[in-house]
Amino acid sequence: MTLTIEHFYILVGLLLASVAIMNLVDRSNPRRVTTALFWGLYALLYLAGERMAPAAVGALMIVMALLAGFGGVKAGAPRTLDPEQRRASVARLGNRIFIPALLLPLVTVIGATVLKDVQIGGLPMLDPAHLTLVSMGCGAVVALIGACWLTRATPLQGVREARRLVDAMSWAVVLPHILAVLGLLFSEAGVGKAVAHLTTTYIGLDSAFVAVAVYCIGMALFTIVMGNGFAAFPVMAGGVGIPVLIGVYGANPAVMAAIGMFSAYCGTLMTPMAANFNIVPAALLDLPDKNAVIRAQIPSALPILIANIFLLYFLMNL
Amino acid sequence: MQSAVNLWPLLGVVVVVAGFLLRANPVLVAVAACGVTGVAAAMPVMALLESLGTAFVKTRNLPLILLLPLAAIGLLERFGLREQAQSVIAKVRSATAGRLLIVYLFARESTAAMGLTSLGGHPTMVRPLVAPMAEAAAEAQHGSLPERVRHRIRAMSAATDNIGLFFGEDIFVAFGAIVLMHTILQAEGIEVNPLHIALWGIPTAITAFVIHAWNLRRLDAEIEREVSAAKGAA
Repeated sequence: MTLTIEHFYILVGLLLASVAIMNLVDRSNPRRVTTALFWGLYALLYLAGERMAPAAVGALMIVMALLAGFGGVKAGAPRTLDPEQRRASVARLGNRIFIPALLLPLVTVIGATVLKDVQIGGLPMLDPAHLTLVSMGCGAVVALIGACWLTRATPLQGVREARRLVDAMSWAVVLPHILAVLGLLFSEAGVGKAVAHLTTTYIGLDSAFVAVAVYCIGMALFTIVMGNGFAAFPVMAGGVGIPVLIGVYGANPAVMAAIGMFSAYCGTLMTPMAANFNIVPAALLDLPDKNAVIRAQIPSALPILIANIFLLYFLMNL
Repeated sequence: MQSAVNLWPLLGVVVVVAGFLLRANPVLVAVAACGVTGVAAAMPVMALLESLGTAFVKTRNLPLILLLPLAAIGLLERFGLREQAQSVIAKVRSATAGRLLIVYLFARESTAAMGLTSLGGHPTMVRPLVAPMAEAAAEAQHGSLPERVRHRIRAMSAATDNIGLFFGEDIFVAFGAIVLMHTILQAEGIEVNPLHIALWGIPTAITAFVIHAWNLRRLDAEIEREVSAAKGAA
């Protein structure tokens, strides 16, 4: 049997359903019904999404967004150990507490490298199409077992703790997902083509340096809009990179590609659209300013982008 | 050049930019942009809902990386993972927030360059270990920190993870971005060795390390300034 990503969809669905139920029965949550509805719908889309009519899924996504957008998703009062108990636990466990935490990345890496080609009964053990995610899911389960064994807590307590963290992040959990949907819709509706059309029609590309600058800055700007460098690359490479940099100025395609993608990543560092990298960590780290991570990244991203323009200009004809 | 490029879908982009500038709830902004883009592209309502639904089901893999580790990490936090990480780093006399993050930047970028991208990450490393350690290092050096400084150190910890990951992973040959670039160039009839794409990423990878490490050194000076200003005010 192959362990596939669908198994982990079910696991996440069950986790989200537990979050919904725990919120529904928690009187310390000021919006417990709408909160439970929000997480319950998300759970449903994980458990049964592929069997539902696509239009129904789309409608439920909009309901979720409205619940989140109008303040319907709140948290219950978190229950943690009191400081005294926690100090005792730290004294008892010492550095052993790092073992389960490090098991997670360790199992993930072993799964993605050593177990990659292992087969059971002629079938691959881990879904090759989603190898890293499936390995990471295994790592998360192994780490949870290790943590329960070490702390003598039950897996249910683990679910309660997961709920505390999900509650704290609130709607930021679904933002990357909804933005990914928007990104796909953008490409379906031809936003990429329109942007490429504008850049190539209205900007003069008659000097090599200007063309390089347009290409790199365009990559970054387009990524800022789409939130994803993978969406920007085909557009800018197709619009400027291949016809102008390679076609007119004889650039080395490998240099054009490598530095172009890195310019797109500079854009990723500067946009709230890349929510999983920029907005979710702000929520995870309890930062009051949701753009704090972006602010911390701009002083690195802009100089790297400028450096990229010069690197591409000087390296492309080597 | 065909003149049939439809510029109307760009209205969706306008909605996104305006929404973020007005600081509206980002989930609402995203859904509003979906609606405007669909209307601008002349999609019937049912077709739009179907597109949204199909895309939503297809991208369910994205949140897994955030949601799966939460139970294990949350449980370990309950029993003092962050406190232990802090007490370990507080014993290292030469540790400062900036130096610690430079070490993490190096480790993150070099392991990502070897394809080990899952060794870091915000839920698994930054929240439970890196950010508390960076805070503890600054605390061991300066005593208690103003809230603003704490938030700044946490944001820089998250930024360091991102920068290390982005500029490391792309010089690993088997990484998805390299495959994507290779496929796109091939479709245009340009034959490139994927290894060359990876190798030509190295100058930027080194530049990114130097620039961000420089900013992390400045973070130490900034913490020093903010803490003494806070002490002077008290």
